[in-house]
Amino acid sequence: MDIKILGTGCAKCQQTEKLVREVLDETGVVAQVEKVADIKSITKYGVMLTPAVVVDGEVKIVGKIPKKEDIKSWLGK
Amino acid sequence: MKERTKLGIIIAVFLGAYYIPWNHPTVRQAGLEAFLMLQDYARLHVLTCLIPAFFIAGAISVFVSQASVLKYFGAQANRILSYSVASVSGTILAVCSCTVLPLFAGIYTRGAGIGPATAFLYSGPAINVLAIILTGRVLGWQLGVARAVGAVSFAVITGLLMALIFRKDDADRTNGSFVLPDEEDRSRRLWQDTVYMLTMVLILIFAAWAKPAPDATGLWPFIFSIKWYIVIALFILLGVILKSWFSREELKNWVNATWWFMKQIFPLLVGGVLVAGFLLGRPGYPALIPESYIQVLVGGNSLWANLFASVAGAFMYFATLTEVPILQGLLGTGMGQGPALALLLAGPALSLPSMIVIGSVMGLKKTAVFCAIIIVLSTAAGMIFGWIMG
Repeated sequence: MDIKILGTGCAKCQQTEKLVREVLDETGVVAQVEKVADIKSITKYGVMLTPAVVVDGEVKIVGKIPKKEDIKSWLGK
Repeated sequence: MKERTKLGIIIAVFLGAYYIPWNHPTVRQAGLEAFLMLQDYARLHVLTCLIPAFFIAGAISVFVSQASVLKYFGAQANRILSYSVASVSGTILAVCSCTVLPLFAGIYTRGAGIGPATAFLYSGPAINVLAIILTGRVLGWQLGVARAVGAVSFAVITGLLMALIFRKDDADRTNGSFVLPDEEDRSRRLWQDTVYMLTMVLILIFAAWAKPAPDATGLWPFIFSIKWYIVIALFILLGVILKSWFSREELKNWVNATWWFMKQIFPLLVGGVLVAGFLLGRPGYPALIPESYIQVLVGGNSLWANLFASVAGAFMYFATLTEVPILQGLLGTGMGQGPALALLLAGPALSLPSMIVIGSVMGLKKTAVFCAIIIVLSTAAGMIFGWIMG
């Protein structure tokens, strides 16, 4: 599984990354997490409001911090 | 933060502690001014202005649908609408300056193009609700209004000029759609949201109602004498609204968003106030930088003073809201009203770091033209405002 966290480095983006990693630890799902901070790459996903989370190429949430339950459902848990 | 940056900071603090002549009377005075200015903010602005403003900003970010605004920036959107929405949507989209750049890049490369994108880039940081409220409160309502009006009208002018100058070259644009945030189910009607926001704005206005002049008569002193009763009544109204129209979940989100803004902005603002107090002092009190320097550079309303303020503002980086205490210090040490507006109009929209990011998105040439347009417009606005304020 491939997870990308899109964000320019603002506090909300960091919080999002932390939450995703926490959920991965809790559920034991193995996934590659990558933080994307480059604005041009972020725009390629069609995302204008950060933070955003992309799971396997699909944009799951835009413009706000996800809830833990949301993240779990994206992981199929 | 990189380890090397941390080491750099520690060395800088050490050298400062070691070499700055803290015992010198001027430095002592400046240090004292820094904390006196901080106390001024704590006493005058935090409870009645900043805290209500944070709650309003939090409410906007949670309850105003961003999707409904973003759709006006799509590639197929009506041009006139795009420009109008771009020039005012900073109020609700850009409370945090870090959201402006991705939005700008998105509008530029996938959406409505360079005109609306630069219009948004320019107006966004300048007209967010916190900035306007604090500018009006601390620097006077004239500057607050001039800032809002200037930012909106120049956004449109800048956008149109950019679109005109670069009408041929719209290369490297990927056509595609945006991923919009989900439209949430609305349990309230628009008028209910409006009443809710309005109640908070009224609390802000009445809590901050200024003390009238001793010989004033009429409505102003009357409202002042009963202002706390009005505020309490409004708070009761707000309580009723929150209880009957909002779910617990929504209230939690609102408080969380407010807390986010406070956490992000308060430390920066405290730092900004301390630095401004240390360098410039409160109005009427000298600090580190002698008043004569400020008056020579940005005093009066000459073309040179306005141009200097615009250029300095364009390159300097202001963390959210810190432009306000810095300008307060500058105005207190002899800066003219015109140059102050020029700095407010050129400052928050541009900085050296943001220029670099903008440059990576739309290239050196367009970025240079964009900056030049803003500097020229800000200088002109400063001259006109300075002349009106006479």
